[in-house]
Amino acid sequence: MLFTSYSFILFLAVLFVLYYLVPRKIQWLLLLAANFVFYAFSGWDNLAFMLITILSIWLIGRHIGRLHQARDQYLAEHKADLNREQRKAYREAVKSRQLRWLLLALFINLGILAVLKYTNFVIANINTIRGWFAAGELSFVSLALPMGISFYIFQSVGYMIDVYRGKYPPEDNILRLALFVSFFPQLVQGPISRFDDLSQTLFQEHSFDGRTVTYGLQRILWGFFKKLVIADRILVGVNTIIRDPEHYTGIYVLVGMLFYAIQLYADFTGGIDITIGIAQTLGIKVKENFDRPYFSKSIAEFWRRWHITMGTWFRDYVFYPLSISRPMLKLAKKSRTRFGDAVGKRVTVYLSTLIVWFTTGLWHGASWNFIVWGLLNGVVIILSQELNPFYNWFHNRFSVRSSFFFRFFQITRTLLLMSSLRILDCYRDVGISFRQFFSIFTTWNIRELVGGQLLNIGLSVADYLVLAFGVALMILVSLRQRRGSLRDALQERPAPLRYALTIAAVIVVLVVGAYGIGYDSTQFIYNQF
Amino acid sequence: MEALLEILEELHPEIDFLTHEKLIDDKILDSFDIITLITEISEEYDVRIPVDEIAPQNFNSAQALYALIQRLLD
Repeated sequence: MLFTSYSFILFLAVLFVLYYLVPRKIQWLLLLAANFVFYAFSGWDNLAFMLITILSIWLIGRHIGRLHQARDQYLAEHKADLNREQRKAYREAVKSRQLRWLLLALFINLGILAVLKYTNFVIANINTIRGWFAAGELSFVSLALPMGISFYIFQSVGYMIDVYRGKYPPEDNILRLALFVSFFPQLVQGPISRFDDLSQTLFQEHSFDGRTVTYGLQRILWGFFKKLVIADRILVGVNTIIRDPEHYTGIYVLVGMLFYAIQLYADFTGGIDITIGIAQTLGIKVKENFDRPYFSKSIAEFWRRWHITMGTWFRDYVFYPLSISRPMLKLAKKSRTRFGDAVGKRVTVYLSTLIVWFTTGLWHGASWNFIVWGLLNGVVIILSQELNPFYNWFHNRFSVRSSFFFRFFQITRTLLLMSSLRILDCYRDVGISFRQFFSIFTTWNIRELVGGQLLNIGLSVADYLVLAFGVALMILVSLRQRRGSLRDALQERPAPLRYALTIAAVIVVLVVGAYGIGYDSTQFIYNQF
Repeated sequence: MEALLEILEELHPEIDFLTHEKLIDDKILDSFDIITLITEISEEYDVRIPVDEIAPQNFNSAQALYALIQRLLD
């Protein structure tokens, strides 16, 4: 069920009415039922995988929790009999038992994800190697990736690790845990929520609050505007360029790159607006996933402001534990003795960065394009870290840091760099992606562009006008958000103006949204990850 | 405490670590800094900061970080 389909709007309307009609005590159970209805639309067999996840994290989480309790009780009862060393040894023994259970949970859940998502990628690579020795090819297996599996498994893994770390006690009620895993607005493309954060409002009783619901609806409307008016429209131009790499080289690649930056932003942030908006109409608070990312001044900053919940997930559950693990600390020590302080200090951070970015790439998709994309992100971040002394020298010498033009330069540089890396997201393989990128510098065909060729990539003058208006509006809204909530400001305006604006926005989405011949409202880009 | 201050100052010479109390909240220390700090602390104090102790309240100030080291040493 697409967010942009009529059936979804109907589903949402029915849920909304029922949600505020049923006794408040059972609102969360209604929501759970709605999640399963929503998910069943994507295929009944997909539900089986989700149930395995729910059951495994519920059982193992509770077991780890019981071990925590038994440990605390034992230590309290034997406080006088045990010395510090004995207490420490006991704690470590319990921890290692808990770790075994955690690993089992990770094995089950990441195992499901790995088998469903990467089996054919592994087979394809084996076939390439077999091809070198003229051996026969292995056949691919037919595996469909259940909707949202990358998101709900990451959420579940986060929950398991938090319980293991003792950040919060495990959830005893399997139905509540099921609601957390299956919360339908997030199944399409995240955000990747944390249990301690989402559960604060997910299980609460909610009475109808006009202002919250209005805010939620406004957010949904803004999301639809970005998705239907901008993303689905510019998509036609992007596809024309990237699907014919032989013909569209040079300046077209640059245009495609920038158009894709607009498409991805409108698509992904629009989808998240819809997600957060839906949750808000139900009184539930979902964490923000973006913080005006295209205003970032470096790639590292960009990744702190784009797909925030994924970035913090990798930071907390992969980067931190990996880089301060015993083997890494040992490696740091060895490198320090062998190569000196400077290397010793960097080795764990940089090695972990590359591993994290390799994994991030792999999470985005089972292809070399994403792996190379991930690694390149890591390399750029490491390079910019290494260039820090130069930046410091530069800023000491020239006081341009706060000037508008310098900040504008930094923002443009980051946007171009990010868009260049994303070329790997567009073309069918790594070789073509690099070839297309370098053609920007080797094929001088800018004349074609000014000669009106941009009207031959599936976009009309009217489309460009709508896109220019849409992009300008997105920029203005982002700039305005620096001064606080736009919806708060709108709320203070007279009611007739507010209603007129809302109706105008609905009309714009309905009339200017990319429907009809030549357009097909598509699934969100991040849904495939 | 002096050794810890030295490590911190090497990371960010522009910050007065004796008075600053919002190193994480003000985004002065990023994830790279935190890992470098933990690696350096493990060298200097021979103490391993476990991952579940990486929380803003432990890294927001030099004092908080020093208290954490002391707690782990005990």
